[in-house]
Amino acid sequence: MSLENSTLVKLNNAGFKQNNKWLVEGVSLTVEKGKIVTLIGPNGSGKSTTAKIALGIYKNIEGSVEKYTNKVGYVPQKISIDWTLPLRVYDFMLLTEDIKDEAIDEALTLTGVMHLKNKNLGNLSGGEFQRVLIARAISKKPELLVLDEPVQGVDYTGEIALYELIKKISDTLNCGILLISHDLHTVMTATDHVVCLNGHVCCSGSPIDVAKNNEYKTLFGEQASQILTVYEHKHDHVHSDEGQIKKN
Amino acid sequence: MLDDFFVRALIAGLGVALVTGPLGCFVVWRRLSYFGDTLSHSALLGVTLAYSFEFNIALSVFIISSVIALILIQLQKKTNLPGDALLGLLAHSSLAVGLVVIGFLTFIRFDIMGLLFGDILAVTTKDIFIIWTGGAVILIVLKLIWKPLFASTVNYELAEAEGLNPDRAKAIFTILMAAVIAISIKMVGLLLITGMLIIPAAMARNISDSPQKMVLFSVIGGLLSVLLGLFSSLEFNTSSGPSIIMAALVLFILSLLNIKQSIKLKN
Repeated sequence: MSLENSTLVKLNNAGFKQNNKWLVEGVSLTVEKGKIVTLIGPNGSGKSTTAKIALGIYKNIEGSVEKYTNKVGYVPQKISIDWTLPLRVYDFMLLTEDIKDEAIDEALTLTGVMHLKNKNLGNLSGGEFQRVLIARAISKKPELLVLDEPVQGVDYTGEIALYELIKKISDTLNCGILLISHDLHTVMTATDHVVCLNGHVCCSGSPIDVAKNNEYKTLFGEQASQILTVYEHKHDHVHSDEGQIKKN
Repeated sequence: MLDDFFVRALIAGLGVALVTGPLGCFVVWRRLSYFGDTLSHSALLGVTLAYSFEFNIALSVFIISSVIALILIQLQKKTNLPGDALLGLLAHSSLAVGLVVIGFLTFIRFDIMGLLFGDILAVTTKDIFIIWTGGAVILIVLKLIWKPLFASTVNYELAEAEGLNPDRAKAIFTILMAAVIAISIKMVGLLLITGMLIIPAAMARNISDSPQKMVLFSVIGGLLSVLLGLFSSLEFNTSSGPSIIMAALVLFILSLLNIKQSIKLKN
């Protein structure tokens, strides 16, 4: 597959300024089909802003965004829904696209919330709602999936299962994923490319490269870079610079 | 049959209710009731201009309401005043200008009460034509922008991110609001149009668990309000607008009783 065809979204030196303050600047990254790109960084480092630039929510940006797909699924970090609307989980699943009932059921089953299909959205718990958000985003079978802290509020076992699901979706649908996560374990093990942000791009590359980077160590501490070494012991492959899997 | 003024009023009123039902749901969901008030207050200016230049009333009201909506959007961008203050400013100043202009038009006899509260005696066959064709166009356009408008009502960023162009849907919806006011002014009167938009929708909210049901019940509530309101208007010789709105209020109160019952059932 040529580079042009597999690229879903490409940020060229992109940045966004609000009230004369840069939220993030100079970000270049590419999300390709079948690849997971993860944004990490401390609070206020511009992760969500970068995702919104990639999605085209922010209009007056510096640099440029090239988007090659319109089939997008988005799980925002914060979502405020007005409860003056009578809205069931089922209605919410159909929000941006008319999808078939089987696809809805499949997605809800995958995220473990099929039993909530006819419940009112306002009556869900935080974790349940988060699962519904993920189900909605994947049920469209998108080419590009943007997940901004998708498992917040989900219980521990659910968290692991959902991350496995996300990885599986990236493989089966061959869609590109832009993931924002604080869970360094997941980031370092499941992703192809890591971008470490702190108002700008601190460092980026394969998880191994980033973990070795000194700026990463100052941001996240020495322990964070050891997560990977711990994990490497139980893994049978490494990721090359291009993100391809190499058997050990 | 259309010779009878009451039959004309019924046909016109039912046409209005078919359109205000779905639009009213969006007015409730998007918290636009004061926006609706502002547009309908400015409609008086539209009516006076129509009389001054012997122009079609519905068209004139539509144009003036659209202009007021545009001015509002500009003021929101250029000033730091809160939205409700701007709405009040535009509503009352356009109402005042309209009333002053009426004062100057001494050569025309105005039925102010009819304008403010609706007048079923005044509904002509031409009005019916305007209401039903205008209403059909409004409903078709609303159907076309339903997806982006509804999605952005739930969450703007989701709609924008997933490529639905919510800004365009919002702009079109504003024009639809001006249009619905233009076609319903003769039936309900300009002071009560927002009531026709909000009360059936609010009633429907009490008894619905999905957006489609709410739209359906809102339409049914509106139709019932027009029927009940017009018959009582004929019976008790009251203005059509207040009678229709009162009927809607009665339905709203009944829907509250329904809630109490369902809560009891749950317990």
